[in-house]
Order: sequence, then C-alpha cells, then structure tokens
Amino acid sequence: MNKIFEIPLYAYERSPDQDADTPVRRKVVVVGAGPIGLGAAIDFAQQGIEVVVLDDNDKVSFGSRAVCYAKRPLEILDRLGCGKPMVDKGVEWNIGKVFFDERQVYQFDLLPEDGHEFPAFINLQQYYFEEYMVNRVRELQAAGAPIEIRGNNKVLKVEEKGDHAAILVDTPEGQYDLEAEWLIACDGATSPIRGMMGLDFVGRIFEDNFLIADVIMDAEFPTERWFWFDPPFNKGQSALLHKQPDGVWRIDLQLGWDIDKEEEKKPENVIPRLKAMLGDDVEFELEWVSIYTFQCRRMETFRKGRVLFAGDAAHQVSPFGARGANSGLQDTDNLVWKMKLIFDGIADESLLDSYDYERIYGADENIMNSSRSTDFITPKSDMSRVLRDAVLDLSEVHEFARPLVNSGRLSVPCTYDGSPLNSADALLDGPARTRPGSPCPDVPLGDDFLLPKLGDKFTLLTIDAEAPESIEESGVTVTRLALSTKNDPTQMLKERFLGDAESGVYLIRPDQHVAARRPSFDENLIRAAIRRAIGKE
Amino acid sequence: MSDLTLAPNIAGADDFYAELLATHEGLSKSDSDALNARLVLVLANHIGDRAILTQALAAAALKSEE
Ligand SMILES: Cc1cc2nc3c(=O)[nH]c(=O)nc-3n(C[C@H](O)[C@H](O)[C@H](O)COP(=O)(O)OP(=O)(O)OC[C@H]3O[C@@H](n4cnc5c(N)ncnc54)[C@H](O)[C@@H]3O)c2cc1C
Repeated sequence: MNKIFEIPLYAYERSPDQDADTPVRRKVVVVGAGPIGLGAAIDFAQQGIEVVVLDDNDKVSFGSRAVCYAKRPLEILDRLGCGKPMVDKGVEWNIGKVFFDERQVYQFDLLPEDGHEFPAFINLQQYYFEEYMVNRVRELQAAGAPIEIRGNNKVLKVEEKGDHAAILVDTPEGQYDLEAEWLIACDGATSPIRGMMGLDFVGRIFEDNFLIADVIMDAEFPTERWFWFDPPFNKGQSALLHKQPDGVWRIDLQLGWDIDKEEEKKPENVIPRLKAMLGDDVEFELEWVSIYTFQCRRMETFRKGRVLFAGDAAHQVSPFGARGANSGLQDTDNLVWKMKLIFDGIADESLLDSYDYERIYGADENIMNSSRSTDFITPKSDMSRVLRDAVLDLSEVHEFARPLVNSGRLSVPCTYDGSPLNSADALLDGPARTRPGSPCPDVPLGDDFLLPKLGDKFTLLTIDAEAPESIEESGVTVTRLALSTKNDPTQMLKERFLGDAESGVYLIRPDQHVAARRPSFDENLIRAAIRRAIGKE
Repeated sequence: MSDLTLAPNIAGADDFYAELLATHEGLSKSDSDALNARLVLVLANHIGDRAILTQALAAAALKSEE
C-alpha cells in the first residue's frame, strides 16, 4: 500500500505564467507547502485574496515529523475549515508516565480545563495534518476561491524590489520569472530564501542527536505518553514513546553527540535498539526513521520589505514541547488579517511592524521554553545532571518536585503584552488570562462555543453591557456580540472574561486576541482602541 | 516584600551543623553531591517565595548587594 506521503497530491502542471512574455505579477506568493505555507494560503483565500503557493516537491511531509498539535492551533485550523477532521482522526491522551532508570517515578493526569470545543492537544502524523490542509485547498478551489498550489516549482532566486519581489522558479519544464506584490517565505528551517537574501539565523545548537522512529505495532501499550530519563535500554540518555493514529507509535531515543548518523540510521542498528526498549516479543514494522540535531534560533527580524518570513523559516525550536508547527500557525494567524487591512487600504504597511513585534515575542517565549526542556532532558554539565537527577529522585516520593520535572511543556499561545496594538487594560478586576494581548479562551454557549462566533472579523464582545450593534471606524466595521452571565450556566463566561467585574466590553481582533477591554462602552475610547489596533494611533 | 534572613537564625547552630555532617557521613562524593542537590530543592520548596530564592542564590554566590 502506498503511504499518503508517497502520493503526489499537487503534481506539477504547466501554468500560463510560464509562457508569459513579461513576468506575471501576483498579489501574494507563498513559498513552501508545509503546514505554515498551507495555513497562510487558506487564510488568504478565505479572505478573497489571490494566492499562489510554490513548493519544490509535490507531496506532504515525508514521514511524520510533528505529532503533537495543541488547542490554539486547532482553533485556528477550525477557522481555516480543517480543524475538525484532524481532531476526529487524532489521538487524545491525558495520562503521562515518567520513568527514571528502572523505576516509574510518577504518573500524571493532565486534567484539561473543561468548556473548550477543542482538546488540549492531539497526536496526529504530520502527513495527515498536511493532507487535510490540501483537502481544504481543493474544497476552496471547487468553491471558486483564488488559490493555487504549484508542485515541483522550486524557487531559485528572490530579490526584494521595494514594491514587489522578483522570483526565479525552476520546474521540470525549465525556469520562469514571476513577481509577487508580497512574498510569504514558509520554506522551512533551512529556508533557502533566507540564504538568498543574506539574512541571519542565529541561536543555539544543542550538541545532541535524537533517533526518531515511527513504528507500526499491535501493542498493548495504553494511550499514554511515556518518558524515560536514563533508562536501562538507553543508558545515560532519554527516551519517549507516544501514540499516533493507525497503530503508529513515535519513539525518540537520545543518542548523544559523537555518533555516526548514517550508521545509526540503518535498520540493522535501529531494530536492536527498539527491541531493547519494547521487549523481544513485540512485533513491529519501521515506518520512518530519521536522526535530528536540534537548534533554537530565530531571525533578527521577520520582515524584509515585501518579503515576510513565517514558521520554521523565521524561527526554529527543539521539538520538546511541540512548538514548531504549533507556533508557526500562530504566525500566519497574526499576519493575514493585517495584510488584508493593508490590501483594503484601511491600514498602512507600518501595521506589519506589529507582526514583527508580536511574533518575535512569541518566538522568544517558545525558544525559552523549549531550551529549558532540552536543558533538563539533556543536562550539559555535571552539576546540571546532579540537580536534574535530584529532581527525579525526589519526584518519586515528594509531590513538590513533580512540577520541576520538565520533559517538554505543553505549547500554549503567548499573550502579546506590551504590543503597540493593545490599549491599556481598563477592566482592572478582570481575569489576567483575558488581559489585552491575550488570545480569547473558548467558552461554551449553549450548544455552541464562543470562538466560532468571533470568526475572523473585529468583534465588540459585550457582557452584561450596552453598546451599538455595529461601529464604523477608519474603514473597519466592528460588530457586536452581546452575551450575558444570566445565560451562562457553567459560569465560564464570567470566570474567563469578568472575574470580579460586573460587566465587560472587549474589543477583539480578527485573530481572536484581545485588543482592549473596559467595564462599559465608551464611544470615544473604543474608537481610539480600534484605531490603535490597526496601527493608526 | 520580605527579605532573605541573613542574620543568625538557627537555634543550636552547632547541633544543626553536626546533623548536616552526619547526614553526609560515609557517602561517596557523588552521593553527597546528590544529597546536597536534593537538600537545596527541599529547602527551596519550603521557602517558596521567588524573590527570596533569588536573593538566596545571590547570597550563596557570594555576590554583595548593590
Ligand atoms: C522530529 C520532529 C518532531 C516534531 N514534532 C513536532 C510536534 O509534535 N509539534 C509541532 O508543532 N511541531 C513539531 N515539529 C516541528 C514541525 O515539523 C515544523 O515546525 C513544521 O513542519 C514547520 O512547518 P513549515 O511549514 O514552517 O516548514 P516545513 O514543514 O519544513 O515546510 C517547508 C516547505 O517548503 C518547501 N521548500 C523549501 N525550499 C523551497 C524552495 N526553494 N522552493 C519551493 N519550496 C521550497 C519544502 O519542500 C517544504 O514543503 C517537529 C519536528 C521534528 C523534526
């Protein structure tokens, strides 16, 4: 049987652009059909903006790579029309076990918070993730949306020209020139475009190698995450076992720095390692094996004129805590509505400075978290190992030490504190989790949920407060969503948006982040907050 | 905000010190290092206050305060 990652999903087809006498200028060109490029393109197409995606091959991610997707990206994907099939296919887990040496030191239950439409996260192979996104592209095309994926279109050259980018593309039928009013570079961690433009990518390399194996097995292991520090089958190193759909299991084995990667990747070397871990009697088949070295780094700035960088091209983290694809989707979620306002003549290009501010803020937070996990999992000095082992030994007997065990922290979206688009917090008794800059948490509303009602437009959420049904300011239409705590049987609306306040008025951005909040409607202040949220104040 | 106590605070200082040494008695260097590390974590958790812990780290590093 062919795996989905072996089938061309967007096979090369000749485009009329290849036969044009002068280079055709497209509105938006996205380079890279990975999760981030596809996410950007779907978002543009849903907003009615013409978009062309160029990718140097014609298939989804080879092998799985990312397996864990967190709530916030799933909510974003739901807005993009492909979150639900992912959740339906994905595996959910709540129990994690931590082993040290030969013992299980403790187990935990994530006890995810109630009242969210989407789970805290799911496990799903990256190839399915991308396949569902490609399906969504096809659905949009069938509905007449201006979106196109060009497979086997490899970008060879990019030049930023002030009001456009000039692109040289290679195809199986030769090269052609193309222009983009705006180019979104989602060409992955090795971003050739970054290189072509001579841009930096600095940070920290972790001198360690990990063997990543996806195995298919009919095993009795429960749907739990098992993490080993210094196990007998991988002395001095770490190991992880995680379930994916279709009986596929993700195994990560830390190998250390001084190894021969090509040797280690050979099945005759991989299989004995896996047998030592799984036991001799477990039957399994290798689906995909790879060896990785991890890095934590980001670009100095994510924008160079008409070229914007997103996803792994802009920032790279170690996989502990699953922040790569998860945070990349938040990049384009942040970017596309801003570009739409610029295209509509409502905002100035300077609004994109806030993309840089907000997503660099997010990238730094992710890099910090994933560096900390990596430092715990792979101690880099004698004393950091002594302290790490002390935490693990204590965690077996004393509960206090368990929060210090860091085998990867769940990816959560960041609050854009200090963003130039935020207005000062005026709901002083309000909960900290919904302060300006925060992504709105979901809330159950009868049979429905809050986030789908916010959608991708500016919203004025009023809770037990009066306000006009709609406000026009500087070309932006803000529509009211009126809710009441009288109709809040779970009290979650009150808990998540009011706290000790009696009433609240929230200005919410198209990416569902809070721009401003106050106890009641004040026309002048809300108008000022709208102008500020579009970079006009 | 409270401050880290750096004035003498242990009644029976000699007793405590003897008990500390006794706990390490007979341990190899690496077992002693491990014990010290666990002790630091137990005490740090008891203190809990993040600001005090920062002051304690600086005091232990023999950094004089500005
Ligand atoms: C072992 C491992 C485990 C991981 N686990 C997780 C996890 O659990 N959760 C998570 O969120 N993330 C995880 N990640 C990270 C995740 O895989 C990446 O963050 C994600 O794939 C980034 O998406 P992207 O679209 O930015 O880049 P990519 O997926 O790398 O896509 C880049 C695309 O650009 C194309 N391209 C490159 N150069 C050119 C060119 N010159 N012209 C045209 N096209 C080009 C490539 O073909 C590719 O399709 C993991 C990564 C690894 C390696």
